Amino acid sequence: MIEVISDSRCIRCDICVRVCPANVFAKDDQGLPIIARQDDCQTCFLCEIYCPTDALFVAEAADGPIGITEAEVEDRGLFGVYARGLGWSKGRANGAQFDTTHYLRVAQV
Amino acid sequence: MTTGQTTPANGVRFLEGDVLVVGGGPSAAWAAVSASEAGARVVLADKGYFGTSGATAPSNTGTWCVAPGEDRPQVVERRWQRTAGVADQRWMLRTVDQSYRGLLRLFEWGYPFPKDEKGDVYIANLRGPDYMRFMRTRVLAAGVTVLDHHPVLELLSDGETVTGAAGITRPDGTDWQVKAGAVVLATGGCAFFERTSGAAGLTGDGLLMAAEAGAALSGMEFTGKYTLAPYGTSLNKGLPFRWASFYDEQGNPQLDSKGQHLTNGIGGPSEKDIVKALIAGPVYARLDLAEGALQDWLRQGQPNVMQPYERRGINPFTDLFRVELKPEGTVRGTGGIRVSTHDCGTGIPGLYVAGDAASREDVAGGTSGGGAINSSWAIASGWWSGQGASAFSRRRGAPGVFRNHSAPIGQAGLRPRETVFAVDRKAIAEAVRAEVAPLSRNYFRSGPALAESLQRLDVLWNAVTRELGAEGPDRLKTREAASVLASARFSLTAALARTESRGMHRRTDHPGEAEGPVRRYALTGPDAIRVEVQSEADQLQEKAS
Repeated sequence: MIEVISDSRCIRCDICVRVCPANVFAKDDQGLPIIARQDDCQTCFLCEIYCPTDALFVAEAADGPIGITEAEVEDRGLFGVYARGLGWSKGRANGAQFDTTHYLRVAQV
Repeated sequence: MTTGQTTPANGVRFLEGDVLVVGGGPSAAWAAVSASEAGARVVLADKGYFGTSGATAPSNTGTWCVAPGEDRPQVVERRWQRTAGVADQRWMLRTVDQSYRGLLRLFEWGYPFPKDEKGDVYIANLRGPDYMRFMRTRVLAAGVTVLDHHPVLELLSDGETVTGAAGITRPDGTDWQVKAGAVVLATGGCAFFERTSGAAGLTGDGLLMAAEAGAALSGMEFTGKYTLAPYGTSLNKGLPFRWASFYDEQGNPQLDSKGQHLTNGIGGPSEKDIVKALIAGPVYARLDLAEGALQDWLRQGQPNVMQPYERRGINPFTDLFRVELKPEGTVRGTGGIRVSTHDCGTGIPGLYVAGDAASREDVAGGTSGGGAINSSWAIASGWWSGQGASAFSRRRGAPGVFRNHSAPIGQAGLRPRETVFAVDRKAIAEAVRAEVAPLSRNYFRSGPALAESLQRLDVLWNAVTRELGAEGPDRLKTREAASVLASARFSLTAALARTESRGMHRRTDHPGEAEGPVRRYALTGPDAIRVEVQSEADQLQEKAS
C-alpha cells in the first residue's frame, strides 16, 4: 500500500495523481500530492515507476499500512527499486527488450 | 477525428460517438483501435487511468502464441484436452489466428519485444506496464477520445437497443453521458474485492450492466481458481512458484498424499495437497528449486513478483516465507457475459463484449485461461468487438435519431426502491467474501454450502436493491458493491446448478464429471436469476428441427 511521498524528491508534476488507477492521490493547497484514499490502493507499484524522481514508496503489505518511514526507505535504498528492476528511468518506460521471461517459459515445462 | 460534445445542461456533460468502449485494459485498447480503423468515432471511458488500469498493467503476461507455420489445429486440439471439455475448438482456432495478427501489429508499431537465445524476436510475452503504456499511445494516435477517471455507472437504452452509457468523473462526481451507436463492455472480470494488484477496478461492473440490459452470463461457476502469493501481499503471480518447495511453520517439509515433499505450486497434481495444507494451517515456501541462471531470469524477467521480497529484505531462494492462495474470481476464472455472435455481440442490440468481461468458456473452457489464453483472447475479442460495434453503429445511422428516447437503466446501488440508508460497503464486501473467498467453501464446493451462501447473499441483494444508493462521487462505491454482490450471486447460482465436478468447479457431493453431453449454464437476472441449461446436443437438435 502507498505509504511515503518524499517532499524533498517530489517536483509537484502531479503525474501520480493522474496515473493512479485507483485514484488514491489528491493535491493539497501547495500542489503537493497527498495520499487521500489510502485504503483504495491496490499495491500495484505503478505510481512508483511513473514518478520521474522516485519520490513514492509502496510497501508490500496489501491490507493496511505498516508505518514505514521515508528515512528507512532512503536508508535501505528502496526508492525506485521496481523501476530499476524493470529498466524504467525518470518515469520513462524502458527495458522490455531485455525481458528474460522466455527462458522461464522454456524452463517451466 | 473528434467526437461531438455539448455544453453542460443541468450539470450533465454530453458526449457523442459511434462506438463507446468501457474499460481500460488490453481488450478495451484493441477494441478502440479496431473500431477506429473501421472508421468509427470512438470514445474510451475508463474508471481509472487508461495505461495502468486492469489486471494486465501490473503484470507480465504470456500470450497463446502459435505461428501460422505450426500445426495450429493440432496445437488447438492438444490445448482443448485441458479445457475440461467445455471449450470450442473453432473459437480457439480463430482466437489463435486473430491474436497472432495483433502481436504482429505490436511488432510493426515498434513495441520493444525481447529476442530469444537464437536472436529471433520473441513475441509470446508482454510486459504489462510497458504493453499498456504502449497501447495508450496507439489508441491516442488512432484519434480515440480517451476519458480517464470516468467510471461508467450504467447503460443507456431506448428499450430495445443499448444507446450509450452514463457515468461520473473522479474524484468530484460530475455526471456525464455518452450517446453512442454501440457500446463495447471491456470492464474486466470480477475479483470480489480481493486486494490483489490490478484488481481494484475489477468489480464486475460490466456483468451487472449487461444483466440489467437483458444479456445472459455464462460459465459463472468456473470461479474456483486460486493463485499463490506471499502472505499479505498483492502479488498473485504463479510462475515463480513453479520452483517452490513447501514447508510448515517449523520448517519441516509439507508432504503430499504419497508422502513426497510438496513442490511446484503453479497448479497441476500438487495443487489439491497445497490447498489441504493451507486449510489445515500456515504454509511456508522457498523458491529453492530455482538454481543458477533461473534465479537471474526470475529477477530480471519478473521484477514485479520480486517486489515483496525486495521490500521485506528477504531472499526467496534461500529464506522461508509464508504464502497464501488468493481467489481469482472471474479474472483467472472463465465466467462472464455470454458471447452470442462471431463479432462478440451479446445478443442485445448495440451491446458488445471483450476480454475478461466476456465468458471465456469458448477458449479456456472450465480451466483457467490466466496468463496466456486470456491475454490472447483480449486481443482477439477486442478486435472483433470493435469491428462488430462499428458495423452496428454504421447500420444504425446517426445517434441523433434515437437519443431522445434513451434512458439510463441502472438499478442496484444507484436507484434504491425505498429510502436510502447508509449501507456500509465494507460490510457488503466482507459478507460477499465470506461466501466466495474461503478455500473450504469455494475451492471444495458442496450443494448444501452453496445453497446457504446463495440464500444469505439473496437476502443481502434484497436489502441492497431496497436501500443502497448515494449522491455524487459516492455512487461509484455503492455501484461497485452492488456489482460484486450481483456477480457473486450469479457465480453461486451457476455452481449450484452444475451438479458435477468439472475443471475448476469441484463439488465434493458430485465428484467426477457427469455422463452425457457437456452442459453450459446461461443466467439472466439480476434480481430473480433464471438458469437456462444448454448443451451441444440441444444445439444439434435445434439445427435438425
